[in-house]
Amino acid sequence: MPDGSTSDAFVAFERVQKSYDGETLVVKDLNLSLPKGEFLTMLGPSGSGKTTCLMMLAGFETATHGEILLDGKPINNIPPHKRGIGMVFQNYALFPHMTVAENLSFPLEVRKIGKSEREAKVRRALDMVQMGEFGGRRPAQLSGGQQQRIALARALVFEPELVLMDEPLGALDKQLREHMQFEITRLAHELGITTVYVTHDQTEALTMSDRVAVFDDGRIQQLDPPDTLYESPQNSFVAQFIGENNTLEGVVKEITSDSAVVQLDDGELIDCKPVNVSKVGERTKVSIRPERVEFNKDRLKEDAHLLKATVKEFIYMGDVFRTRLSVAGNDDFVIKSRNAPDQVRLKPGQQIEIGWLPQDCHALDA
Amino acid sequence: MGRQRPIRNSYDGDIMSELKGTGQQTADAPTPEDAFHEAAALDARETDSQSSGRNGGPVLAADGTPLKRSLSRALRRQKLRALALIAPLLIFVLFSFIIPIGSMLFRSVENGFVEQTLPLTVAELKNWDAESDTLPDEALYQAFVTDMVAAVEAKEHTKLGSRLNYEQTGLSSLFRQTGRKIKKIDPETDGPFKDKLIDIDDKWGELETWRTIKTHSVRYTNGYFLNAIDMQRTAEGAVAQPENKRILITLFMRTLFMSLVITTSCILLGYPVAWILANLPARSANMLMILVLLPFWTSLLVRTSAWKVMLQQQGVINEVLVWLGIVPDDARLVLINNQLGTIIAMTHILLPFMILPMYSVMQTIQPTYLRAAKSMGATNWTAFWRVYFPQSVPGIGAGSILVFILSIGYYITPEIVGGTKGVFISNRIAYHISSSLNWGLAAALGTILLAVVLILYWAYDKIVGIDNVKLG
Ligand SMILES: Nc1ncnc2c1ncn2[C@@H]1O[C@H](COP(=O)(O)OP(=O)(O)OP(=O)(O)O)[C@@H](O)[C@H]1O
Ligand SMILES: [Mg+2]
Repeated sequence: MPDGSTSDAFVAFERVQKSYDGETLVVKDLNLSLPKGEFLTMLGPSGSGKTTCLMMLAGFETATHGEILLDGKPINNIPPHKRGIGMVFQNYALFPHMTVAENLSFPLEVRKIGKSEREAKVRRALDMVQMGEFGGRRPAQLSGGQQQRIALARALVFEPELVLMDEPLGALDKQLREHMQFEITRLAHELGITTVYVTHDQTEALTMSDRVAVFDDGRIQQLDPPDTLYESPQNSFVAQFIGENNTLEGVVKEITSDSAVVQLDDGELIDCKPVNVSKVGERTKVSIRPERVEFNKDRLKEDAHLLKATVKEFIYMGDVFRTRLSVAGNDDFVIKSRNAPDQVRLKPGQQIEIGWLPQDCHALDA
Repeated sequence: MGRQRPIRNSYDGDIMSELKGTGQQTADAPTPEDAFHEAAALDARETDSQSSGRNGGPVLAADGTPLKRSLSRALRRQKLRALALIAPLLIFVLFSFIIPIGSMLFRSVENGFVEQTLPLTVAELKNWDAESDTLPDEALYQAFVTDMVAAVEAKEHTKLGSRLNYEQTGLSSLFRQTGRKIKKIDPETDGPFKDKLIDIDDKWGELETWRTIKTHSVRYTNGYFLNAIDMQRTAEGAVAQPENKRILITLFMRTLFMSLVITTSCILLGYPVAWILANLPARSANMLMILVLLPFWTSLLVRTSAWKVMLQQQGVINEVLVWLGIVPDDARLVLINNQLGTIIAMTHILLPFMILPMYSVMQTIQPTYLRAAKSMGATNWTAFWRVYFPQSVPGIGAGSILVFILSIGYYITPEIVGGTKGVFISNRIAYHISSSLNWGLAAALGTILLAVVLILYWAYDKIVGIDNVKLG
């Protein structure tokens, strides 16, 4: 888990703890650092402390312990309005009594920027989110997606170096959501802004971010680029949380530095890569992605261990086939195969043998 | 349904391109129009199946009566039942509110009593020129004696005296005495009456007396309203009251001014309380709310009397100040029986009416607005003033309307703690209702008060917009 050296980091959390009631820690020992220009996403289930982290960074909550550094300087004692951090709130928080243009010029006014310059900046910001004609509207006269874009423009209009976004797309439908995901990443990269983005939608996290911090139980479970996160989860929580995943339980039988054999609870043996296990006899949860499961023996090594499986259900999904199998007592084992001309369509009740490359299958903590 | 369309059309044209831009899901989404068409289609289908079964003609219900008629009969029964349910309230409101107000409005101009009591005299007075320097002729005196004898028999002459006494002092005793002595005169045989009447009282030989009677013999008068604004109705038209009788305009002005001061102090005191209430955790907020509502649960009279104990010169506040040495013993503060006393007591009494609407509006203002403002660089004060305060204005508006209108008509508290300098126009109205019995003037004052409230309400609607007022 790279928590990085904090010296060249733009934002850094150092051993930060937070408790609201003095009894339970909502954030336990948070270490995080991000360089300038990075798009970092905090991903995690509800109540895992993501918003709390953002609020501490923005200055609306104070850390119970530890230090938060911005550009190398501790900010624990700087009041929120002096931190210069742009923020998009989950419910947009557009001021209902101001027009869109007034909303956008508010942060400029409090910075005492002259009228003409203000107007120019507001216009540029509106154009940036393609809302140029909507300056005279009130927020209530806009659709959800339009409000979202205005909230984004408002957080960016005073050119902050750091922008925090708390589930800004939570209320949007899928299509608009995807469009906005693209817009946000484009803007963030174009303007070179450092972004901390909070979501509990894992696709969103994977598609948008440079790195993703997976939160659970007040800790960062894994902090990695999306591909690493998906392909080499560090523990079974991350494996479960990110993407679709098949889990089998068993005991380690053989182990070397880069491969292991696990005996499943019904006695069968499988190949996998040891991640969180170190010695023979340890219990483990083995995790494998549906698209990495092979049932065509030609594509596997000769000595690969194979598992017997019964086809339970075949679902045609257009671009992929999704097949539910019963494997080693697990009735919810899913495999996905691309809809290619030569692809076999399995039938319910069919008996097959499945296997995989050892590096695709991770032996994680039990 | 009809309402949906204009709203849609009122969007700028570009909204349509917006909708097209977002693609399918907008097109597929059910719109109100769809629902409407569906409902219409359903209706059509139903009527179709009905009429096709009966091969044309009016649609009949199961018992053979036309469907429309039996439907309207069923609806009528429903309406009657609804009406019966609200009837008690309706009748109550009618008798306790609408009719009294109507009668008050009417009473402020109604003046039939003079003509009823002195019908012949009033008819004769029409021939007399009130501007002239000559007394009326014998015919009028004869008519008057005839009327007067009848009035004395009916015991109406003292009432008439009181009525005319509002306009000219001394007429009350004149009518009483004349009534006693006129019994000796027989209107049939004892003429001429002119000198006899003047013998009974010199006032019958004065032009002024007859002018007053003539001026106030009309059936509908503007006299009460003129009185209410410190003027009087005379033979020469409307003129200002003599200096020493002009108090009503001052009272109106004072009522408005003091209501304004009370409203302002309620805003200043209530706003922070409402703010704390809205931002405290629920449990503590409930406790505080009980404190705010406590005054509601105590009798108004008790509260006002308590203020008397607090504010008088030997009262709690003065004693404490003297004891602390802030105020010398021989110069105790005058806190009661003046405007200050009224303002203090009424602010306290009306405060909940200000706090409650402000609180209910502030509760709906999310704390994220303030956070958003601060994250954009606003100081606490700017964030409050530019973002929070404007959103709380509807609450202030609602509270102000309530407090202002309530205080403009307040009566008990000024009566008890207001002394002479701190009384309101309502105290004057009460005086005319119960002491001077000049109900016409009381009604005119009440009507003006009602009009002032309505005008202010209208002005508020024009300036702030009544839609902006939230009462809960
Ligand atoms: N003001 C507060 N007082 C007390 N506890 C709080 C407060 N705010 C949050 N919590 C608690 O802290 C924990 C973390 O909350 P937080 O809002 O950070 O979660 P989150 O990760 O943002 O969740 P979500 O995805 O649902 O927004 C939760 O258990 C929550 O109950
Ligand atoms: Mg949250």
